[in-house]
Amino acid sequence: MTLLPTGPALSRTQVPLRRRTGSPAHRADARLAWLLIAPAAVGFLVFAVYPTLRGIYLSFTNFRVLSPPTWVGFDNFVELAGDDVFWQSLGVTVYFVVLSVTLGTVLSVVTAAVLHRVTTSTVVRGVMILPFLISGVVAATVWSWMLDTQLGIVNIAIEALGGSGIPFLGSRDWAIPTIALISIWKSMGYTAIIVFAGLQTIPATIYEAGRIDGASEVQMFRRLTLPLLRPVLALVLVLNVIGAFQVFDIVQVSTRGGPANASNVLQMYIYSKAFGQFDFGYASAMSLALFAILIVITFLQLRLLRASESDTN
Amino acid sequence: MATTDTLTRPGTTARRPASRRPAVRPGRIVAWTYLVIVMLITVFPFYWILRTALSNNFALLAEPASLLPVDFTLGAFRRVLGLATTEESIAEGGSGASIQIGHFLLNSVIYATLSTVVVVFLSTLAAYAFARLHWRGRDLVFNLFLGALMVPGILTLLPNFVLVRELGLLNTFAGMVLPTALFSAFNIFFLRQFMLGLSTETEEAALIDGAGRLRVMFQITLPMSVGPITTLSILGFINAWNDYFWPLLVTSDESVQPLTLALAVFKQSSPQAQPDWAGLMAATLVAALPMLVLFMVFGKRIVNSIGFTGIK
Repeated sequence: MTLLPTGPALSRTQVPLRRRTGSPAHRADARLAWLLIAPAAVGFLVFAVYPTLRGIYLSFTNFRVLSPPTWVGFDNFVELAGDDVFWQSLGVTVYFVVLSVTLGTVLSVVTAAVLHRVTTSTVVRGVMILPFLISGVVAATVWSWMLDTQLGIVNIAIEALGGSGIPFLGSRDWAIPTIALISIWKSMGYTAIIVFAGLQTIPATIYEAGRIDGASEVQMFRRLTLPLLRPVLALVLVLNVIGAFQVFDIVQVSTRGGPANASNVLQMYIYSKAFGQFDFGYASAMSLALFAILIVITFLQLRLLRASESDTN
Repeated sequence: MATTDTLTRPGTTARRPASRRPAVRPGRIVAWTYLVIVMLITVFPFYWILRTALSNNFALLAEPASLLPVDFTLGAFRRVLGLATTEESIAEGGSGASIQIGHFLLNSVIYATLSTVVVVFLSTLAAYAFARLHWRGRDLVFNLFLGALMVPGILTLLPNFVLVRELGLLNTFAGMVLPTALFSAFNIFFLRQFMLGLSTETEEAALIDGAGRLRVMFQITLPMSVGPITTLSILGFINAWNDYFWPLLVTSDESVQPLTLALAVFKQSSPQAQPDWAGLMAATLVAALPMLVLFMVFGKRIVNSIGFTGIK
């Protein structure tokens, strides 16, 4: 691995008037610094900045990979606005995000709080993290088996308890809730550990004081823990929402967007447009729309949660 | 960062005999019951993978509810490892299409190792430049880099696919690795934070003694940063190992496809009527096992790093 020094940008003449930067040692520092960040800078420009700009540009073209793109203005977005499948797919995605993030966050916070109150065992936390170590493909495969209508252990258990079997991945009503459950199973422990780490930073004396004042565990959780956790919760919520909007592998493996588009999430639809029909311009426009939605939602979340401030003062 | 708050926790040891509270309170029973249920739900699918993989497909049909492997056999593993003949595998309820799992396993190892090692090394170099060297434009460049965290993958995936295609790198490890190998805003940020917290005395002493910057970096700073470098490597490896969407875009050829893709194809191509569940679970176990082994070795570090990365 040789690092190529990047061209003439490095040998800019120094302005002698500036304090401390003119000395030979600092010139050497600057040269070395640029050398060290050169690979990262190339990666940043070529694989982050350029694709972002290009993605925006392609949204306004009819690009189909095999021929050069032609500019079509807002045509893609006009078509998007009238595309029933897109709106249905957006609805399905929002449904999934709301289900998986709300339930997942509530479970994570409760789990973290319980952990925090009764044990600091690394083993317990280690067990919680196991699902984080496996891919969405693996998670979806094993749950497809466990939720199978005929042989799946879950339905067998439900029937043994006197219920009637549920067509988890095979019915329109159940597909998204089931995928949300798989997703929660996979990420809940990981989120709980992050929240737990946030709890660890809360000084024990605060709970001491609470107890002396005669607060119950539940009251302390509501009045002390939750407000103090606000920055961590905001971070977790924002990251999980962004992640959930881009769900793909679990869906692809468990239902492939079916039955009858009932779980056709946005990332599935974008993928099928781009790689099924080679309509890259349209797929890029959809990506840009999703990006815009994410920006708005993230901004709203940060405003609502006043993420930057905790209630310590 | 283990806080010693044993005092605040009800029911812990080291209590004076005069204590009025009993050692176990109903609240603790409820809490532990909840934790045990959560842990059972977390672990059960892993057990179910193992139990199914060691079963015979036809016996599974007869006894789907058995909690132990039914008609114990290693046939499923022999099928997915390509050790069984086609007749054998069909006789065991396999599809006859064998999945050469060893080959895909190797591809996953190459893909995950390449992408992790390169990006962690280059991020370390960049982090040093941001943490230790004084140069004009440093903060501006750093903030620009951080801006990359704001752009979700969704926006760059398609254009990056087009770019890799134009570079003629589809179906190569280089094409799979390149977009993420050179630059990771998160890694640079994480390592810079750590290096800023290191004392500079040793380094300055070495510089005054006439050691060169590069030598100081490689012999003093980097050895001190082994902890976070290891942490980032493990997390990066897990992510790359489990990656699905990007390899799906840039590979169509089995010669370079990682195991996640092969497993998904295996799952989707299994017949609707009678899937080879035992074979599927054996393949799933092979896909998950390396990460579980990694976890056995580095468990504590992974658990603690997750909290740390979440907060920072």
